[in-house]
Amino acid sequence: MLVYTLKRLGLALLVTFAVSVLSFALLYLSGDPAAAIAGETANADDIEAVRLHYGLDRPLVVQYGEWMFNAVRGDFGESYYFKLPVSQLVAERLSVTMLLGICGISFALLTAVPLGVAAAVRPNSLVDRIALFLSVMGQAMPSFWFGLVLIVLFSIKLRVLPPSGSDSWQNFVMPTIVLGYYAMPAIMRLTRAGMLDVLGADYVRTARAKGAGEFRVMFKHALRNAIIPVVSLAAVQMGFMLGGSIVVESIFALHGAGYLAWESIGRNDLPTVQALILVFSMFYIVFTFLSDLLNAWLDPRMRVG
Amino acid sequence: MENILSVRGLTVDIPLASGTLHAVRGIDFDVKRGETLCVVGESGSGKSLTSLAIMGLLPKQAQRSARVLDFEGVDLQTASNRDMRKLRGDRISMIFQEPMTSLNPAYTIGDQLIEALLLHRKVPKSVARERAIELLEKVGITAAANRMKQYPHQLSGGLRQRVMIAMALMGEPDLIIADEPTTALDVTIQAQILRLLKDLQRELNMAMILITHDLGVVARVADKVAIMYAGEMVEAGSAAEVFTSPKHPYTRGLLNCIPVPGKTAVGEHLGSIPGIVPSLIGDVAGCAFRSRCDEATAQCASDIPVRISPAGHLYRCVHDYDRSASLSVNQPKSGEA
Ligand SMILES: Nc1ncnc2c1ncn2[C@@H]1O[C@H](COP(=O)(O)OP(=O)(O)OP(=O)(O)O)[C@@H](O)[C@H]1O
Ligand code: SF4
Ligand SMILES: [Mg+2]
Repeated sequence: MLVYTLKRLGLALLVTFAVSVLSFALLYLSGDPAAAIAGETANADDIEAVRLHYGLDRPLVVQYGEWMFNAVRGDFGESYYFKLPVSQLVAERLSVTMLLGICGISFALLTAVPLGVAAAVRPNSLVDRIALFLSVMGQAMPSFWFGLVLIVLFSIKLRVLPPSGSDSWQNFVMPTIVLGYYAMPAIMRLTRAGMLDVLGADYVRTARAKGAGEFRVMFKHALRNAIIPVVSLAAVQMGFMLGGSIVVESIFALHGAGYLAWESIGRNDLPTVQALILVFSMFYIVFTFLSDLLNAWLDPRMRVG
Repeated sequence: MENILSVRGLTVDIPLASGTLHAVRGIDFDVKRGETLCVVGESGSGKSLTSLAIMGLLPKQAQRSARVLDFEGVDLQTASNRDMRKLRGDRISMIFQEPMTSLNPAYTIGDQLIEALLLHRKVPKSVARERAIELLEKVGITAAANRMKQYPHQLSGGLRQRVMIAMALMGEPDLIIADEPTTALDVTIQAQILRLLKDLQRELNMAMILITHDLGVVARVADKVAIMYAGEMVEAGSAAEVFTSPKHPYTRGLLNCIPVPGKTAVGEHLGSIPGIVPSLIGDVAGCAFRSRCDEATAQCASDIPVRISPAGHLYRCVHDYDRSASLSVNQPKSGEA
């Protein structure tokens, strides 16, 4: 288990390094950073002065090293637009995104797992068909379209939920559904497939032979085994959703980190964009790493020798 | 002594795309307390389905019917799911053919053993734990307290089957059904496990149905023997009678295949009678053995009589093999009866 953890950790660090190089490179890929800072009215001398002031004339490796060194300490520089430390901006917005992510994954798990179990218990039944229909819909509908449908339905027609903003829990209802529904199909189908597989297993028959009731057989004996890959999928999805919240937060004008990213791209606010890319990638990397650990921890065959 | 289990006319049908598979076709038997019934028959003859039918654990699509299916006064056909659940693991236990996959990989041996008792008795967990350790020791597992903390994948097949046996004993069952408990194991371990089962059965005075391919095992442990062929019980009786005067041509064929020290190679399969079992899909008429039988006649395609000796030795064949050989033996007895 220790060796496994170290291997996974090594891999995670490697990916982190690659991502950090990429987000650093963004500064140069989008044109001359000195010109961007100096603004549109600046002449060549102004730009040169800015270049010297920000140390943009030094070798790239040195600049990357400095940027990375600061980033690790939580210093991503100053936002071009807000003239505030980027770290402060991001931290404020991140809590909204995290809350949305947690709500989204909970919504996905709470609908997908029971539905997947019910579908597996009676394959080809009505429940199974409904589950299949919902999951195909979930995959076919783009998030932004589904979001707009919800806004039309609940905010404009029924007037029960606010279409945008992030002031109350009501603002989170639709974003949670949209984000959760995005993750639901994969979780549902993995649960269904896993349960179908496990329900035919000899140890499930053993549980019945012991005198265990149907509920206990389903949840204690079958689901416990079928859920292992589902949990690790959910962890990966969670990382993905935190990054993927850009779309959802933009539709509902939910003031989270995703919305900030969308705004900052429009404002050419490079330090903020860089920081957000790094943060979103880190979420993805951390949750993938966690998923591997969870997988090993839930499966005794991996956990103990 | 009272029968613990009485079975009459048990059938199991499985609907398939190509027709109905008549996997078990009207079998009868009884088991008494303290008695071992060995069920013998080649692969696919319906042995596992018979035991699952008693347990009420048949695959969903399978259909069971019987004239009598009685366990100590409880009619297993009309018993509710709840009543069946109460019987399973408490009064009737089963040990399966596949020790490698019959334990849940996600829980420790201890958890699984303890659960078997807690499902049926309101006892503190510590009591269940003690009983589990005691039983693990009884089935020959050393350092039992440590084994309790281990997961199935940490144990060998032989140890897992011992755990399964201990688990089957947790509720002190009246009847234990062991479905080829040793076929998946090493030859050296097979004998140990069977001896263990037999000893436990005697010690706890349980009834046991032991399903096996191995006639050598039968000769050592059986009180009664039932020979199954293509879903039917073609011959049944006390072990002594079936071994000393087998009647049905299939039984005689099987007994001729018993390994002879020095002649039979290790691992060679029994029951190597030439020919194949007919399909049991759709209507089956006449003796299913006739395509392989040396003694078959034209009558074998019609209904086959069941012949029962006064001592309860039964077989199904158009020939009456008792007439000459057993007349003198049986007559005085039938006079008494
Ligand atoms: N779930 C099922 N669906 C369809 N056919 C089945 C099913 N279970 C068993 N059968 C068929 O029923 C017949 C009897 O099966 P059973 O498992 O009782 O045989 P067995 O005597 O236990 O054989 P073995 O010695 O190989 O364990 C076989 O032909 C088998 O293919
Ligand atoms: S009934 Fe006929 S075919 Fe069947 S065992 Fe007897 S003699 Fe052979
Ligand atoms: Mg079998």
